[in-house]
Amino acid sequence: MSSSEFALELLAVKKAFGKSEIIRGAQLQVKAGERVAIIGPNGAGKSTLFNLISGRFGLSSGEIRLHGQRIDGKKPYEINRLGLSRSFQVSNLFTRLSVFENIRCAVLWSLGHRYSFWKFLADLTDANERAEAVLAMIKLDRRRDVPAMNLTYAEARALEIGITIAGGSSVILLDEPTAGMSKSETQRFIQLIREVTVGKTLLTVEHDMGVVFGLADKIAVLVYGEVIAFDVPDAVRADARVQEAYLGSVLAEAH
Amino acid sequence: MTSISTSSTSPASSGTSGLSAAQARPPSRNIGRWVVWTLYALLLIFAPLLFESSLALTMLSQAGYLVIICLSYNILLGQGGMLSFGHAVYAGLGSFLAIHAMNLAAKGSFYIPLSLIPLVGGLSGLFFAVLLGYVTTKKAGTTFAMITLGVGELVFAMSLMFPEFFGGEGGITTNRSYGKPFMGITFGPQIQVYYLIAVYCFVCTAAMFAFTRTPLGRILNAVRDNPERVEFIGYNTQRVRYYAFIIAGFFAGIGGGLAAINSEIVTAEVVSGVRSGSLLLFTFLGGATFFFGPIIGAGLLVLALILLSELSMAWLLYVGLIFLFMVMYAPGGIASLIMMNLRVAAYGKLRQLMGSYLALAGTALTMLVGGGAMIEMLYHMQLNAAMGPEVEFIGVTLNTAGVDAWFGSVMVMLVGLGLFEMSRRQYVREWGDVQAEIEKEIKRREAL
Repeated sequence: MSSSEFALELLAVKKAFGKSEIIRGAQLQVKAGERVAIIGPNGAGKSTLFNLISGRFGLSSGEIRLHGQRIDGKKPYEINRLGLSRSFQVSNLFTRLSVFENIRCAVLWSLGHRYSFWKFLADLTDANERAEAVLAMIKLDRRRDVPAMNLTYAEARALEIGITIAGGSSVILLDEPTAGMSKSETQRFIQLIREVTVGKTLLTVEHDMGVVFGLADKIAVLVYGEVIAFDVPDAVRADARVQEAYLGSVLAEAH
Repeated sequence: MTSISTSSTSPASSGTSGLSAAQARPPSRNIGRWVVWTLYALLLIFAPLLFESSLALTMLSQAGYLVIICLSYNILLGQGGMLSFGHAVYAGLGSFLAIHAMNLAAKGSFYIPLSLIPLVGGLSGLFFAVLLGYVTTKKAGTTFAMITLGVGELVFAMSLMFPEFFGGEGGITTNRSYGKPFMGITFGPQIQVYYLIAVYCFVCTAAMFAFTRTPLGRILNAVRDNPERVEFIGYNTQRVRYYAFIIAGFFAGIGGGLAAINSEIVTAEVVSGVRSGSLLLFTFLGGATFFFGPIIGAGLLVLALILLSELSMAWLLYVGLIFLFMVMYAPGGIASLIMMNLRVAAYGKLRQLMGSYLALAGTALTMLVGGGAMIEMLYHMQLNAAMGPEVEFIGVTLNTAGVDAWFGSVMVMLVGLGLFEMSRRQYVREWGDVQAEIEKEIKRREAL
């Protein structure tokens, strides 16, 4: 049951808010280690899809499986404990805690420290070393003791990624990781994301086509709550339905 | 930053272990911590020798257990972002079970030495926090605050329904020196009780400080800052709040048990909303953003309860005014005022602000004299009119029937108010300049 060739499976997932159906039977099967970019016009339901997978919202119907195990209906923290972690479009940090504390909080559960109040944080060698390592990976080691609320925008985005990957989840969802960044920042950031997600299954929501082609092995195109194409970038670009449904609307958006 | 802050932004709070520990945590930090805790212990030991009067001893004893209760309250307010309007419930129920245990022990139903009675209070606080906290901590934010208010009213209402337990109007009384003397200690004299309180106060303070350095303590801060994100790093925020609530209830109960020993009487008022409100008020005044803030708050609470209430019938009004001012101008409480000025002092710039501080103090005092005179005259007219129209106020006799006293008071207050506002603006400017200079200094040092 728990062994599956797919890291993440969405089977006929539906989600309605009131009468309006946002996700209409989305179908997606991501193999372990694949890097998938989810693209689609505004309002296609990309962020909603992430919220469904990560347990923030419940499904209306359908199934979501993580490594073969059903996770729909589970709480966000239960899903996280099973090895799925997500970032947010708007940085979602522990504002009054230092950068280091932000990361350390994110590694505690996965290292089994749970709700313990009988051991000191300073003595948790594993958590401290892991946190320092993540800090070095996201290149914020020089800002170690700065409260998260005092970070620059790009630094906050990096910390957002750091918190997401710190717990060592095997499936990582990044919701528009480069939103609001300049071109040069974006370039550096893609490199960073590549580095920190080596060997993991990665799903990103992206608007920036440069980022999409820079990061993804495969592209999933979401239009009106349905995955209309899921393939390698070149095949997706050549897909007639995508050109019609998606690129058409991109052109419409642009003008 | 000193070593006792909960803001966890100081390097001291993020020490690493292993090889990098020596580099990451400068030895001076550890020494600083030892110094602070040693001073705290010395203060508790020698305070009754410095102030010998029995009034001082009474105040110190009260301060001792209020420190524990206020610190326990701050686990919720400052560390967990939980605004509770019913924390007195756990201290108060701790008091009641402690006093019943004392009476039962005195009757010979079972044996328990007085020195362990506070633990009875603590376990009672813990028990009720397990029971009532489960419902309370289901929700966060405003809903949490509402539930605590409801639970508080519920328990207070019960005090009327179960007079056997709560003692009705008269409360429950006891005699704390029920046990056989142990090495001459009977706990009859107040000084012996003080030292019992002091020991508990020190141990509980240390334990609660240690709690802020544990995984649960830190995740509690994370829940305060951003509960939503905590759910996505594997933690059930409801559990985190619940466990913190139980720990806070335990320490509150210990404080309650000590209160029962100290006063030998417990009335239903100890679980009332008024009591909960004063815990909130003074914890906030002391400063919820720093670990040691509530210790200051507890001190102020005792001063207000015992000294201010002696000085003026309108003491609650003054407390209210001070609270209002703090909420508006210094929401971090006295602790944050101290820490911000220590930072300025560390950069050798405190002298620049001294003039402003003197001006602020002088004008605030003028304002207070004018306003205070009016408040005292009003109270006198309403409550002591039978004693004649004259009232004594800081050495001056004021005639409430005449126009002069009123006119004078109004003028003094208005002049004080005007000058205060002027010095406040001046001060805000100077403060900004000093902060800018410090930022520049930090940048310069970083560049080196």
